[in-house]
Amino acid sequence: MIQISINGEAKTFPASLSITDLVLALDLLGKRIAIERNGEIVAKSQYPATWLADGDVLEMVVAVGGG
Amino acid sequence: MSDVFQIAGKTYQSRLIVGTGKYKDFQETRAAVDESGAEIVTVAIRRVNLGQDTSQPSLLEALPPSQYTYLPNTAGCYNSEDAVRTLRLARELLDGHKLVKLEVLGDPNTLYPNVRETLKAAEILIADGFDVMVYTSDDPIIAKELEQIGCCAIMPLASLIGSGMGIINPWNLRLIIDSAKVPVLIDAGVGTASDAAIAMELGCDGILMNTAIAGARDPIRMARAMKLAVQAGRDAFLAGRVPRKLYSADPSSPVTGMIAAAK
Repeated sequence: MIQISINGEAKTFPASLSITDLVLALDLLGKRIAIERNGEIVAKSQYPATWLADGDVLEMVVAVGGG
Repeated sequence: MSDVFQIAGKTYQSRLIVGTGKYKDFQETRAAVDESGAEIVTVAIRRVNLGQDTSQPSLLEALPPSQYTYLPNTAGCYNSEDAVRTLRLARELLDGHKLVKLEVLGDPNTLYPNVRETLKAAEILIADGFDVMVYTSDDPIIAKELEQIGCCAIMPLASLIGSGMGIINPWNLRLIIDSAKVPVLIDAGVGTASDAAIAMELGCDGILMNTAIAGARDPIRMARAMKLAVQAGRDAFLAGRVPRKLYSADPSSPVTGMIAAAK
């Protein structure tokens, strides 16, 4: 198991988890989101090839109403 | 009568940019945006709410990015680093979209911009290829510096964000407008239609507003009022107002041909 932080929340997942797997697990497939991993943006095209490691810190964002 | 409004090389018909916050639902957001005639809409970038029902509609479904020009903002950022990170995420989210609104705040009560951090963030973003429309104070020197480092539009406040206090310092705004070679848009402070008209009559190129529309009792009607006010103010500016005569009148009717004066 690995522990990762997503938007400030600690979450536990089975090891060998790609960002695509994570997006699927969070029911966000097909949603317009952007992801930053340990301070670096991960391009959408890189989701399948980006494997998460224990202690990773993720930010996942969407566009919301604002002025 | 052609009166071209361009930002970062793209031409727009509407000089009104509207925010998408504070509406009761996306339907109202969409209706207000459409009634305002705005082509550019601002959006905020926020964390995905992980607990949330993901089948709920999103803002991007209500306002498809294919039909509106998105202007992601950095609202809530208090330093250049957070602002730059936010807009890089926005660029990824919106498939490489370059046009952004930079605002770096300095104080949670007044939401007054921190111009030092704003300048720092603007330099980084411009070097990184962004087209930066920048929220700033109404200081003409800072406005000029932001223009010189390459911002594509300067957006001084008319009064505090969400205050509805209108055009507090028209003289400073005029100083900024008169010397700028990029579009100047009033961003923040407009409360009602006359404020929008006054700003446009000063010669600013456009206005960005959110609260004045979203917070009105009838946002859809206010959206229309703002559209008309921006158009009226622009036309008045282009038409050129009559000079003010402080201590004398000037009759509009002929002064000759009067009937005989009563004895």
